[in-house]
Amino acid sequence: MSVVERHPYVDNPGSPLPTLEGHISQGRLERVLRAGHFVVTSEIAPPDSADPDEVYHRAMLFDGVVDAINATDGSGANCHMSSMAVCALLTRVGYSPIMQISCRDKNRIAIQGDILGAAAIGICNVLALSGDDVSAGDHPQAKPVFDLDSVSLLSTIKTLRDKSHFLSGRKIDSPPAIFPGSTVNPFVPPVASRVLQLKKKIDAGAEFIQTQYCFDMPVLRDMMKRAVDMGLTERAFILPGVGTLASASTARWLKNNVPGVHIPEALIKRLEGTVNQKAEGQKICVELMQKIKEMEGVSGVHIMAYKQESSVADMVQESGVLNGREPWFPNQQ
Amino acid sequence: MYKARLFATRYSRLYERFYAFSEPIILNIMRIVSNISGGRLDGLMTRMEKASKGFLFDCKMCGNCVLSSTGMTCPMNCPKTIRNGPCGGVRENGQCEVKPEMVCVWVQAWEGAERMKNGNKINDLQFATDKSVQGSSAWLNILKQREVQAKEQLTVEKAS
Ligand code: SF4
Repeated sequence: MSVVERHPYVDNPGSPLPTLEGHISQGRLERVLRAGHFVVTSEIAPPDSADPDEVYHRAMLFDGVVDAINATDGSGANCHMSSMAVCALLTRVGYSPIMQISCRDKNRIAIQGDILGAAAIGICNVLALSGDDVSAGDHPQAKPVFDLDSVSLLSTIKTLRDKSHFLSGRKIDSPPAIFPGSTVNPFVPPVASRVLQLKKKIDAGAEFIQTQYCFDMPVLRDMMKRAVDMGLTERAFILPGVGTLASASTARWLKNNVPGVHIPEALIKRLEGTVNQKAEGQKICVELMQKIKEMEGVSGVHIMAYKQESSVADMVQESGVLNGREPWFPNQQ
Repeated sequence: MYKARLFATRYSRLYERFYAFSEPIILNIMRIVSNISGGRLDGLMTRMEKASKGFLFDCKMCGNCVLSSTGMTCPMNCPKTIRNGPCGGVRENGQCEVKPEMVCVWVQAWEGAERMKNGNKINDLQFATDKSVQGSSAWLNILKQREVQAKEQLTVEKAS
């Protein structure tokens, strides 16, 4: 009898689910995706605190509206509680977290160790990222690592999981059953080659893709169309990213100061023309979700509502993208 | 040099042809010189490689050269040393997120690849560099690799 079977916590919601046929992981996210539902994911900014309750309070805001929760990894190169620790806390009560690994902070030795450890504590999903440069954050004095990049990280996960050995060739006794994902920014010029980069990530092993903020629907639609034509949407689940704009000036600030964020001028004008800009920003987010749901080839949507996490539930409900489905959450009746 | 690097991407097709033609010649010369000198001139040849590729491509001597697979743009100029870029942070105007004064290396790489005959090599997955050969000559490394492969081939043939 294994330790887990003998353990009194075996009925703990955090225990891994049985792996279904044809599935890679024991996680809920993969199950909902493969079942063909329109999936909603969102992210929590890890707290600047050592108090676990802060993590649970942030996660609870998403109860009943999201299928998985990303825990960012030093996003914007700012220091917070680690992604792995947030995910470990979330798995204890049964949430389905997505652990983010940014190549900025760790070399291949640390990363491989984290992947094994993550699988051991019940984390089923990992998002591979390059990460923002240290100069963007609050510790510009830090040494940037960038030993791997996101594609190399994806192939590393594949090696550990499918070949059951480390990059060095040394054997692993029990391989990590990780469901890996990565990101793509559909708006980087030349935009036509973005779908080729998407393909590269899928070739490297990405099973799901969460994109950068998508405010420009025609460009996204174009990439999705190409992805469908190339058969990529058959090979990976694509979740375009949406966000809320608190006001026209925030939108303009984001556009000018946060690299990689592309916001069409018309949208900023629309915000400027309204009295309650925050409400309008949320309305835009709802509309974006609805438009994305109608696109061919998408499997869901990823909501990044930094500092507006408490509005996520309302926005998802209003958009109707879940079709009345209520994603699992701890203590659900 | 930054300007020379931009030039290489703009004329990637020409560089590709020149490279394809000259690389075997360079490799042969290096092999012969290295053999005759018993490796004593390897350091000099490495410095020559550094000087020429440094001028033409801003080469960083990573020792794992992939220029012909990246639109004749050296990816080690990317501040995140990404080998399968770009990252998600490229600015709207195509400039680098970390160094706004420079065009994103990977925007250039994809543009350069579009002009090349074998530009689709940019779709190949590149694994992160082997940091233990940082600073060494990529050309000598190729020769060493070939030698190892030839030896392996020979043992396989002998065994069968
Ligand atoms: S913007 Fe381009 S050059 Fe700059 S870090 Fe990202 S991929 Fe590298």
